Amino acid sequence: MDNLLWIFVSALLVNNFVLTYFLGLCPFLGVSNSLETSARLGLATTFVMLVTAICAWVLNTYVLIHAPYLRLICFIVVIASTVQFIEMLIKKLSPALFRAMGIFLPLITTNCAILGLAIFATNRGYGFWEGIIYALGAGAGFTLAMVLLAGLREESELSNIPALIKGTAMNLIIAGILSMAFMGFAGLFSSS
Amino acid sequence: MKKNESYEEFIKGLWRDNPVFVQVLGMCPMLAVTNSAINAVAMGGATFFVLVGSSFLVSSFRNLIPKQVRISCFIIIIATFVTIADYSLLALVPTVHKELGAFIPLIVANCLILGRQEAFASRYPTRLAVLDALGMASGFMLALFSLGAVREILGDGALFGIKLFGDNFEPWVIMILPPGGFLTLGVILLFFNWFKHKKDEFLEDVAAAERGGN
Amino acid sequence: MNTDARKETSSPSSIRLVLTLAIAGLISGIAIIGIYESTLPTITANKARELREAVFKVLPGVTQMQALVYRDRELVVVAQPDKDEPVVYGGYDAQGDFVGYAMPAAGPGFQDTIAILYGYKPAQKIVVGMEVLESRETPGLGDKIYKDMDFVGGFSELSVEPEIVAVKKGTKSLPNEIDAITGATISAKAVVRIINEAHTAWDGQLPAPGSEPPYVATEPADNGAGQ
Repeated sequence: MDNLLWIFVSALLVNNFVLTYFLGLCPFLGVSNSLETSARLGLATTFVMLVTAICAWVLNTYVLIHAPYLRLICFIVVIASTVQFIEMLIKKLSPALFRAMGIFLPLITTNCAILGLAIFATNRGYGFWEGIIYALGAGAGFTLAMVLLAGLREESELSNIPALIKGTAMNLIIAGILSMAFMGFAGLFSSS
Repeated sequence: MKKNESYEEFIKGLWRDNPVFVQVLGMCPMLAVTNSAINAVAMGGATFFVLVGSSFLVSSFRNLIPKQVRISCFIIIIATFVTIADYSLLALVPTVHKELGAFIPLIVANCLILGRQEAFASRYPTRLAVLDALGMASGFMLALFSLGAVREILGDGALFGIKLFGDNFEPWVIMILPPGGFLTLGVILLFFNWFKHKKDEFLEDVAAAERGGN
Repeated sequence: MNTDARKETSSPSSIRLVLTLAIAGLISGIAIIGIYESTLPTITANKARELREAVFKVLPGVTQMQALVYRDRELVVVAQPDKDEPVVYGGYDAQGDFVGYAMPAAGPGFQDTIAILYGYKPAQKIVVGMEVLESRETPGLGDKIYKDMDFVGGFSELSVEPEIVAVKKGTKSLPNEIDAITGATISAKAVVRIINEAHTAWDGQLPAPGSEPPYVATEPADNGAGQ
């Protein structure tokens, strides 16, 4: 059980998917101008990660033992299908939400964070429950980073920022400082 | 004319439309593997192989791939090249492969490659597509290398593992840690913005002078 | 320049779509299988060589090794351990006499998981070597667990009774104490904790000193044929 807590907290804080592993940067930098959109995208991403983690475990345990070289293609197919499926699901259950999310849903497919999750979990040999906890932690970490940056960006809209630095340059520097802040979480699980 | 055209296609990827600094694509692998120059070059090389190979195939088969399934086909082609690169690196240079780790398979999710297939390779003849890919990949490699070199020099006092400064150099360790990646790229983009701004200003002045002169 | 003008008079039939994907998948599959098969010998050889080097490093005097797993309440020799089975490696000298175990272990360090291999002699209950296999500790600080030769050297004769204790650098006095690294106490203590935990886990499964599984000479396994 110690192990599971470490996996979760590590993915959420100590080794945050975005701020430590640089995964999921496209949406992180591109979509984080609105707090609400960021939170929604984070939630959707977390769900996709969960499904991906389960499918990855099933694939790894039963199918890919015989054909490890097909791992990458299988993962991509799983991720693309999951996103497609969720898109249809949201469209059916809540058309309003679907319209609000718009283009962002298909963008989840190319989100390196999801593929990265599957690959990391495979490399570390995570079992079924470890994979799920890892997905929850990673998704929460991704959402956390997005929401933090979105909040900061919304605030900065109200300030006088020189045009030269505005845009991606500023977002990256803010992200760098956030990353530094998150470094403070290292050593969270050290016992003496 | 043809010669200039080809040159244009190649050179645009190096500076004017540099995938990282101008188009801001391909970020994910970018920052994670540039903590040292050698890792950056290795990743640049792998991406080079994948981009040029996929562009070649996509462009050659562009008339055979129906529009509806084109993205899936692109992804299959890209994933194949990435897997080939992955196993080749693992067999030939296992130490480098260990450093790059999970980021080699992640080349597949690099928006740059898919973007190039969709925007260019699937619409233009093979020769131009390959030139475009060569240019973009070279620009990408250049960007990765400059990032990796800066981070390694400041964060480790070395380049390609060769110590540059004496023992008294206190390395700026944060540069080879994740924040360093963000900050370095941010500052480089800042310089690009400033450069572009200066250039626009200059062109403005020239245009104003010409108008005034007439 | 001839950009394509595709006639979009009718969308292609589903059969055409499926066929295209299937053919693409087939060609892709063949290419991938090809590269996999051709690089497999090199990759397995590299992995085996890396493991051998690490084992020989942590067990001085060892020239042969074999994998051991705990099945049916005893330690047995296996050519290939099951995927998730915990495994230790028995180290033997040129005469085939047992020298010690090389035990893989892992656990959370300061930044992320640290994976190590340590050499253990059950007769004297001492650790004789430690090698860090994987670590993401802070460069310049935590990475001293494999860069600081004094620290690594401290594992060359370390008693595990009652357990290993990391003490402030320079204050080592008992055989089960090891000097930690100044400025990287947490990473150093993590390594110690990892070894202690692995030892506790394996202690009950190791046979009595003197009755370890003997070395079983196997044919060089290029074709997987057993003995």
